[in-house]
Amino acid sequence: MGEELKAPKKIQLAMYWAASCGGCDMAVLDVNEKILDIAAVADIRLWPIAMDYKYKDIEKWADGEIDVCLFNGAVRNSEQLHLARLLRQKSKVMVAFGSCASFGGIPGLANLHCKKTIFEAVYGYTASTVNPEGTTPQTHTHVPEGDLHIPEFFDDVYSLAQVIPVEYYVPGCPPTPETVMTAVNAIATGNLPPVGSTIGISKAVCDECKRTKSDKPGIVEFHRPQEIFVDAEKCLLEQGLTCMGSATRGGCGSLCPGVNMPCRGCYGPMPNSLDVGADALSAMTSIVDAAEEGDARAKVGKMVDPLGTFYRFTLPVSMLRRAARPLQG
Amino acid sequence: MEPRIGVFVCHCGTNIAGVVDVRRVAEAAAAWPDVVYATEYKFMCSDPGQGMVKDAIVKHNLTRVVVAACSPRMHEPTFRKACAMAGLNPYLFEMANIREHCSWVHEDKEAATLKAIDIVRTSVAKARLLEPLQARVVSVTPKVLVVGGGVAGIQAALDIANAGTKVVLVERSQSIGGHMAQLDKTFPTLDCSACILTPKMVQVAQHPNIDLMTWSEVESVEGFVGNFKVKIRRKARYVDEATCTSCGVCLEKCPKKVPSEFDEGMMTRKSIFRSFPQAVPGKPVIDKESCTYFKNGKCKICEIFCEPKAIRWDDEDRVVEESVGAIIVATGMGLIDPHGLGQWGYGRFPNVLTGLEFERLNNATGPTGGRITCKDGSTPKSVAILHCVGSRDRNHKEYCSRVCCMYALKFAHLIKEKTHATVYNFYIDMRCFGKGYEEFYNRLLHEGVKFIRGKAAYVTNQALTDEETGHLVVSAESTTLGQVLRVPVDMVILASAVAPQKDAEAVARLFGMGRSPDGFFMEKHPKLEPFSTATDGVYLAGSCQSPKDIPDTVAHGAAAASTAMSLISRGTVEVEAAVAEVLTDSCSGCKICQDVCPYGALSFHADTRVAEINGSVCKGCGTCVATCPSGAIVGRHFNDRQILAQIDAAFLW
Repeated sequence: MGEELKAPKKIQLAMYWAASCGGCDMAVLDVNEKILDIAAVADIRLWPIAMDYKYKDIEKWADGEIDVCLFNGAVRNSEQLHLARLLRQKSKVMVAFGSCASFGGIPGLANLHCKKTIFEAVYGYTASTVNPEGTTPQTHTHVPEGDLHIPEFFDDVYSLAQVIPVEYYVPGCPPTPETVMTAVNAIATGNLPPVGSTIGISKAVCDECKRTKSDKPGIVEFHRPQEIFVDAEKCLLEQGLTCMGSATRGGCGSLCPGVNMPCRGCYGPMPNSLDVGADALSAMTSIVDAAEEGDARAKVGKMVDPLGTFYRFTLPVSMLRRAARPLQG
Repeated sequence: MEPRIGVFVCHCGTNIAGVVDVRRVAEAAAAWPDVVYATEYKFMCSDPGQGMVKDAIVKHNLTRVVVAACSPRMHEPTFRKACAMAGLNPYLFEMANIREHCSWVHEDKEAATLKAIDIVRTSVAKARLLEPLQARVVSVTPKVLVVGGGVAGIQAALDIANAGTKVVLVERSQSIGGHMAQLDKTFPTLDCSACILTPKMVQVAQHPNIDLMTWSEVESVEGFVGNFKVKIRRKARYVDEATCTSCGVCLEKCPKKVPSEFDEGMMTRKSIFRSFPQAVPGKPVIDKESCTYFKNGKCKICEIFCEPKAIRWDDEDRVVEESVGAIIVATGMGLIDPHGLGQWGYGRFPNVLTGLEFERLNNATGPTGGRITCKDGSTPKSVAILHCVGSRDRNHKEYCSRVCCMYALKFAHLIKEKTHATVYNFYIDMRCFGKGYEEFYNRLLHEGVKFIRGKAAYVTNQALTDEETGHLVVSAESTTLGQVLRVPVDMVILASAVAPQKDAEAVARLFGMGRSPDGFFMEKHPKLEPFSTATDGVYLAGSCQSPKDIPDTVAHGAAAASTAMSLISRGTVEVEAAVAEVLTDSCSGCKICQDVCPYGALSFHADTRVAEINGSVCKGCGTCVATCPSGAIVGRHFNDRQILAQIDAAFLW
């Protein structure tokens, strides 16, 4: 009895998902046996992927009852927004976990469209859609059994910090097990950086990449990975692949470049970066091997899907934020 | 602590106040956050204007100063100094340009005033985020590199050497002397060009402070003002200078003849040669390209006849390194490629010459020993001199070449004197602006030279009349008569345009200089600093900056020398602090920045594996800052936060 009283109080941990694919939750499981270490220091109070729960269970908690909430996924509807606000209220420390919560992530690319055009596609003209009545989701529907409510779908996809105050960020799509454990250890030991920080390293993926870079890098032609035989030793950027490694925060151990795939940028911008897409774009175009402007234009023009490449994970938090909405009417 | 900003709006007489309501600008500024003092004054750059800034810093405890006036190129240093004198770090000063960017380019007073307010607002937004910076002081190497041994380079080298400072004079051809050495007489005094130039050339050779390197070229330039490291390629001469006695026997015996560059290809020289008889140095070199021995391994006739045994077949190019504090670029001018001038008969008719070809024809050491003859040896009875061939011509060079009118007058005088031929000058305008030039023109008018006001349209040999048969015919519209004339002559001299040297672009890059639209090297300021470049410590002398006659070239050379000397005498130089800096914690060594710096300030540190910037070489242009994908290079005084604050202020405030 006396022993138990002396034992340090376990960390009250909540994990939640919003607009996400589930990968971040899998990443937590990916730490394998170390999950036991987590369980040793933390009471997992909420984890929808593993345990049943109801809204009312959360509502019953006292404010600040949860020490740390790991929130993954972007916010793009009213239910997600509600839960984000609710969990904020209940948690001392809110962590944006994974790229979607941190920067908007892949769902953030929906900011190239808006609710109207997304509904038109999804409930209208995609190949698998059969919807002769043109039915689209409504927040309120009256049926004989009563009123049905479903969450409202927003025009924009938001990062977590765009809707509630966030203390820390853990990037990655998904965060690697090492990143997860670094974050858990930092939380468990209380050895946390200043509020607002990203838990991770300050150097770019290039720092961890083993590939050789020439002294004066140049890009002769842009390619997609499937179009060339990738040299296993040479810098991918110099082979014409739009590798985001130089503009992306490290910490992943340069996983993708290590297996001949260009970095996709999932760990997000560097600490001093204002706009990771602009950083990468201006860097790559600066080293295009072109004699004059027309040549440069033609070579850069060969780049496939520049917006999806440079803002793949960060569009909602970028300076662009979103595409212009179509004019009403 | 919140910044305390003072805003000072300048009238610049009526330059700004004539269009912009300066009082309204000051009143608007007074209402912005952190602005604690705002006023306007007639001339902010004047002593009382600077005094206002200094007083306000003390009285209102200002921590930032914004002056809204002209371009920072004009008065940023003035106000930085004023701030420093009042105890404020000079980098806490910001200049808003409401003259060049506003009042000078607008007429609508209301709109211009609103724009001026916008401009000042963006400067205030930036000023709030300014950071104090410290300029570094570095010492200056007391030695000057002069590139080019024409009269500009000679003048500059002698002035500096006479001031007691060491000079390295690099010339790419065998001898110094440049174009001036090719001339026979000079206008308007008709001095013998060689007679006034060769004493200066000899002084160069004899001067203990001048290290003369002919047959040499600058290969690379590194470093920054006060501390340049220069690599000079000394091409193999194959003649040992210490042993050679300049006897000249080899020049007679060498069997291989090639066109002489010095004589514009009108005469030949040998493979072992000196450019001209008074060449400095007088010791010849072997031109490997044409030498029979180097081509097929046989000959060596020069060696056989060389009594002092000075020929060295195993000589090789050497690259020497020099440390200098300043560089004077005096690489001179070229001429427009005359083969593009077929309209005026060049290359089609043997008796159509360029001006420089005529100089050699008229010269005592030239192909005819100074007799003016047609190609067939006959003396011309009539000669046409066509002005502005390729100059003042949208199809070729838009500028005036500045020397042609006067040398055309000189030619006319010399032709009349030597041959009594009828001389026609076809001109657009006579530009005789120098000392004694107009007088020379008047003298020529009385010597019976015919002046036809009209640019020559073409030169043909297709005769329309018996009178024209067997002659060249110059067609031109005389704008005084309002008639198209056809004038048959025996010889045509083209006053072809002066042009930048063919390799001007490479030379500009080598020394970090810009070029103006005409292709000549760009001066720092067209009026006040025509002898400086945008690169500190690199100066311009002579016609590499723009076409010049001899007096202007000499004056320009002396001006460049005195500017270089004021740097050398000072002994130290302050290096700009508004430069780029690497945040080593964020640099992952991706090397993407390595090739973008136009000034060679970037390198890669092999041990720490991060980029490095030499703050003394960096100009703060921001190219690497924009290139760095990792946000690891910061442009001091122009950082992202400051620039975004300006953009926000322009659109959101």
